Amino acid sequence: MTAGAPGTAVPIRRRDDHRAGPDDRPRQSTGGRQLRVAVFGAAAVVLGGFLLWALTGLPSFGDFHGEYGRLLNRVGVAQRRASNVVGAIVFDYRGFDTLGEEFILFSSVMGVAFILRGSLRIKDQSPLDPGGNDSLRVVGTLGAPVVLLLGLWLAAYGYVTPGGGFQGGVAVASAGALLWVSTTYRDYHRLTPPRLFDAIEGFGASAYVLIGLVGLGLSGAYLANFLPLGTPGTLASAGSIGLLNWAAALEVGAANFLLFREFFQEYIQTFPGVEQE
Amino acid sequence: MSFYPFVVAAVLFIAGLYGVVTSRNYVHLAVCLTVMQSSTYITLLSIGYVHHGTAPIFKSPLRTPRVDPIVQSLTLTDVVVSVVVLALILALAIQTHRRAGTVDPDQMTEMHG
Repeated sequence: MTAGAPGTAVPIRRRDDHRAGPDDRPRQSTGGRQLRVAVFGAAAVVLGGFLLWALTGLPSFGDFHGEYGRLLNRVGVAQRRASNVVGAIVFDYRGFDTLGEEFILFSSVMGVAFILRGSLRIKDQSPLDPGGNDSLRVVGTLGAPVVLLLGLWLAAYGYVTPGGGFQGGVAVASAGALLWVSTTYRDYHRLTPPRLFDAIEGFGASAYVLIGLVGLGLSGAYLANFLPLGTPGTLASAGSIGLLNWAAALEVGAANFLLFREFFQEYIQTFPGVEQE
Repeated sequence: MSFYPFVVAAVLFIAGLYGVVTSRNYVHLAVCLTVMQSSTYITLLSIGYVHHGTAPIFKSPLRTPRVDPIVQSLTLTDVVVSVVVLALILALAIQTHRRAGTVDPDQMTEMHG
């Protein structure tokens, strides 16, 4: 047996000797799973205790008296002339956090693109481009413009009514998703050139930074207001909050659109029918 | 009844965590993580609720109670982070499926250099 049994599988078997063999791998994994669930059960009891402790320490529902929020509710509209106090917080009182948030999104688009880019070269099959069926096409072509308009509307009045750059941007991006559903990838690619959306995303992100710098130059603080404040409840209100809101809308819309796009591209390349084609 | 929203948040958190621990599929894991994160939205928003309060959107000075706007803007941040994490996990799941042929973490016992 040891004297060199002529078999091609010998080196592979030998390498597997000190690891889990291919056939006992599932058994071992279920054992690991049981152990994991048991450890989780024990940890969950401890976690549950702490969670219960934390929950009983919370203010009773409806009895919260956060001074910061109450203060901003009192002075926010008078100070910033933005009727949506949440919008004023996002783009003014906590505007610097929103800058970070935008760049989280920005870098995640880059991250997803990097993670998925390497895989495109692995399979050199011609992508299958099925397109939608008739009902999908009807829903998509009717839905895409409506959703696009809804998104733009949400983004445009973000500091006046509920909504804002983030929410509107995501709605705009989902109009892109509907467009993809309703047409072939080739047409989708032609209708929405990726370079354009790369440019919009970069423009939105840099516009936010630049508006902040203009505030620094004209008003003495980063992201400080430098425009006339206007009257609350109208489009011409809230000073530079409006500009920041629209910059965020561009950035968020293009970033989410590009995220979706990466996955669509991936889907086209790994479509179940690709191998048959 | 005053603690009911927090119980919902706790149940969502535990359910999501259980899903993450027992997950056999990275896509399923991503969904479970999203369930866990949605418990944080509920926690934040219900902490900020004020009795008989309405949305913090108004033109004239306040007469009626309004809910806390800070936690609402924090929830917005939370949602953005959730989307970002979801996108990255799904991208990793796709890449894992390409390299290892599976999205079950237990099947990926061997490391390829």
